[in-house]
Parts: sequence; C-alpha cells; structure tokens
Amino acid sequence: MTVQPPPPSFVASGASQTPASAALDLVDLSPRSGQTPARSRFGKTARFASRALVPALLLAVWQASSNLGFVAPEVLPSPAEIIAAYAELIRTGELQSAIPASLARALTGLALGASVGLALGLFAGLWRVGEELFDAPLQMLRTIPFIAMIPLFIIWFGIGEQAKIALIFGATIFPVYLNTYSGVRGVDQKLIEAARVFGLSHGRIATRVIIPTALPSILVGLRFAAGVSLLALVAAEQINARSGIGFILINANQNQRTDIIIAGIIVYALLGIVIDLVMRLVERLALPWRPSLVLA
Amino acid sequence: MSLHSSSPAPAEAIALAGLDLAAPPAPVQPVAVRLEGVRRVFGSRAVLDGIDLEVRRGEFVSLLGPSGTGKTTLLRILAGLDRADGGRVEVASARSVVFQEPRLVPAKRVWQNVVLGHVQNRVTRSLAAAALEEVGLGRHVDVWPKTLSGGEAQRVALARALAGEPNLLLLDEPFAALDALTRIRMHDLVAQLWRRHLPAVVLVTHDVDEAILMSDRVIVLSGGGIRFDARVPLERPRKRGDAGFAALRARLLAELGVASPEAGGHA
Repeated sequence: MTVQPPPPSFVASGASQTPASAALDLVDLSPRSGQTPARSRFGKTARFASRALVPALLLAVWQASSNLGFVAPEVLPSPAEIIAAYAELIRTGELQSAIPASLARALTGLALGASVGLALGLFAGLWRVGEELFDAPLQMLRTIPFIAMIPLFIIWFGIGEQAKIALIFGATIFPVYLNTYSGVRGVDQKLIEAARVFGLSHGRIATRVIIPTALPSILVGLRFAAGVSLLALVAAEQINARSGIGFILINANQNQRTDIIIAGIIVYALLGIVIDLVMRLVERLALPWRPSLVLA
Repeated sequence: MSLHSSSPAPAEAIALAGLDLAAPPAPVQPVAVRLEGVRRVFGSRAVLDGIDLEVRRGEFVSLLGPSGTGKTTLLRILAGLDRADGGRVEVASARSVVFQEPRLVPAKRVWQNVVLGHVQNRVTRSLAAAALEEVGLGRHVDVWPKTLSGGEAQRVALARALAGEPNLLLLDEPFAALDALTRIRMHDLVAQLWRRHLPAVVLVTHDVDEAILMSDRVIVLSGGGIRFDARVPLERPRKRGDAGFAALRARLLAELGVASPEAGGHA
C-alpha cells in the first residue's frame, strides 16, 4: 500500500503547517507474520505454567520446611503427611461415608432453601401484594448473620440433623430470593409491553417473557446459595456431628490430629469447587441463548 | 386473535393473482381506526385535544409532527397501551405493533418470538417460518435473537407483527434506529408486505421523505390537533427527485415549522 500525499486543494486550506511533500510519521500496525497461530498453543501451556508456579512453590517450601524441622508436625504437618492422612481415612472408610453424609445435608438444606427463596422471589417480583407482604420482612431477616442463629436453632431443633438442615435452609433462602426478585423486576418493561400488545395473558407473560428473561439472575442466586450452603454446612457440622466431614474434624480435634483436620478442610474446599463447577454447567445448559456462554 | 383470516379480502385475491400490485385497493374498505374528539392530558397539558381520524383497511397513513406533539401517544392509544381521557376510540381488534426497538425476548428462539402470543407447536412453528420467509429470514427460524443484526431483529419484529394477520399495523418509528442502507431495504420490504396483506398502516415518523415515499396520506400533528391531512398525489414507485415530491416535501417542512433550503427553488 502506498501512501499518497493529500490532494493539493486540501493542503491549500491552510489547516496544516507540514509541506505537502513531507512524509508523515506512520505507525506500523500490520500483523506480524507467523506469530498468531503458534502463540495460542504455546501460550496456553505457558499460561498454565505461570498460574501453577506460585502454588507449586508454596507446596515445595511447605514440604521443605517440614523436612528441615522448621515447623513442628503437630502444628503444621507436611503435604506428604496430609496425603498419608487421606490414605488412612480412605482405608478406614471414614471419608467414603463422610462425603455423602455431608453432601446430603448441604443439598437437602439447599433444595429447601432455594425452593422457598425462588417461590418468594417470584411472588414478590410478579405480584405487588407479594412485594408488600414479603419484601420488607425478608430484607430485615437477611441482615442477620446465619451463624448467629446457631444457639437459637439448637434450642428450637435440638442437636440432631434438624438443626443442621434448618441452618442451611435459613442461609440459602436469601441469595435465591434476592436474585430472583431483582431478576424479575429487572426485565425490560418494553418487552412486557410488547407482549401485552401481542395479546399474551398475564400467565403467559410470566412464563414466556419474564421468567425466561430473569433466569440468568435466578441461576446466579442459586450458585450463590450453593456456595452459602457449604459455608452453613461447615458451621452446622460443628454442632455435635455424628457423621460427615464435621464428625471427622471433631474426632481429629479431640485426638490432636492436625493432619486429618487439614485433610478435612481441603475436602470442604474441594466440595465447594465441585458444586461451583456443577452450577456453572447448569447455567451453560439452561442459558444457551446467552452468546457469552455459547462462545466460552 | 387468529393466525390466518379464513377469507382473504378481495384486494388480497388480486394481489395473489399477480395483477398490478400497486393498484389502489377495492374502493370501499372497512374502517380500521375511528377516532372522535380524542383527548389525552398529561398534568395540565392536553397533548391530544380533539383528534378526529378515520383510517380504512389498506390505507397507509404517516403521522408527522415535531417532538412532543403526541404522535407516539396517539399510536399508543391505537395500540391499547394508553387510554384516552376523552372522546371515542375504535380500532380493529386484530392489530399489531412494530416498535422502534425490535423488543424480542432474548430467551426465546426467533420463531417463538414470532408466534409469542400463540400456542407454540409444530403448526405455529411452520406459520412462523412462513412469516420469516416473507421478511427474508427463512434461514434464521431457530436462532437466538442475540445473534441477529439490528436490521434482522427488526425484520423479525415485522414478521411477528404480520404473523397475526392484522387489520391494523402500527409502526412506531421502526426504521429510526437502522443504518441508512438497511432503512432503504426496510422501506421496500414494508411497502411490499403492505401491498400483499393490505392492512391499515399507521406509521409514526420524523422523516418527511419516508412519509412521502411510503404513504397514501400524510398527517401533521401540532398543538394537540391535526394541522395538516392530505393524500400523497404521487404515482408509485416514488422517487426523491420528482418535482411533486419536492413540492410536497417543502410544504410538509413548512407545516412542521422548518424552513426548507430548497423551498424557494422548487415550490
């Protein structure tokens, strides 16, 4: 491509002091040959390596400081000892029975809490009377930290399963309620107006226009609630757990087994990751119409 | 609302027989809009103050007027989205609207948007596909609205409006947000669909040229009333270069209170 000087009539307007024949200062923005295809493959590996670098270094320092005796094993056992703790938990069968027990608690509480939150959110979002009845009370209850309810729940429900499920239930209502309500209220009024013009009944406006359009927000609430359900699970399992990961932790605490305590904490973290991944998958399947998710 | 009128009007039969499509519709068409003394008051200001208007099936009417003169309010009253404060309002029950924005439900596929008001099954899907075929989007039946360009989305909105076989089609500046080339194509498409289905059309627009190009009759709203109401005496297809076009354009711009630069030369 050649760069031609501007036509004389343009220069004659006197807007520029540069002589017509002088070369302009050009910047080369053309693509650099051969770089683009190679970059993606190599780049992926490099990116992964740079992300893994700091965790790997931390693990190495941790293991080394244990080996060199900088840290007492009762305080912080080495990574190798924690892996050994997992082997022990699996051999005795504790881990295999604990994970389903804990998951069942979390999912039961989540299912109940999310259902109630969804129902209340839809009711308050779609009907004015629902908003008037429920929004202010729920906004007030929302400000109570659920952990503060534990003593009260123990008095109400005892120290059995009921109190644990109730705590998870109470904690998961609000994220679903808030996001459902704001999602329903956030649907563009113009869409609802168009639906009215095309003769949709109130019921069909709700099921064909409002709820599908609010679904991304509802699912964000559900994902949030799934995370909260795990938090509440950890708190709930501190109440006299007879099964589950909390039971392992309480026993380990009594036996001064720091390695098993850390192993249990890591299991909680892994459960959190797994639940989040599952919720992302649900979002991807439920929202095929969002281009950002299709292309991801 | 039925998807297909069972007995096509005579004018449609003519169009289907492949005769001259630009021929005027049968002389006496039923009334699609009848307004008598319509008033609409916002606060203490009467935006519409005694509007009388009759539009028949097959007639293409453009509503012009400076901003704030109640064009859109009038259209919303015709659509049933707003209520008049006084007067009589009678409109065809089978009516539909194309808004300035496409207003498609993003969570519904294109065909489901086209038959939004109806039961959605295989039969209505093929009706939607036929309506989309008419607006040149036969290949986009199953896609999501977000994958469409602005012009395509607006054509889906047009297909949705026509799928109900309306006797009254209300267009609220449907071309305003489109780029110039897409707008020209949309003008042609709307004109073609209008000739084929012959609903009464009420088009709200700011664009004097668009009003002259497309309509049988141009109405200028001002001060709460109809200031100007005249048939467009030009043969179709119309061209911007025609002498009559320029004269009408100058007249309309004068009615709108804009001094036309070429008014002295052509008028």
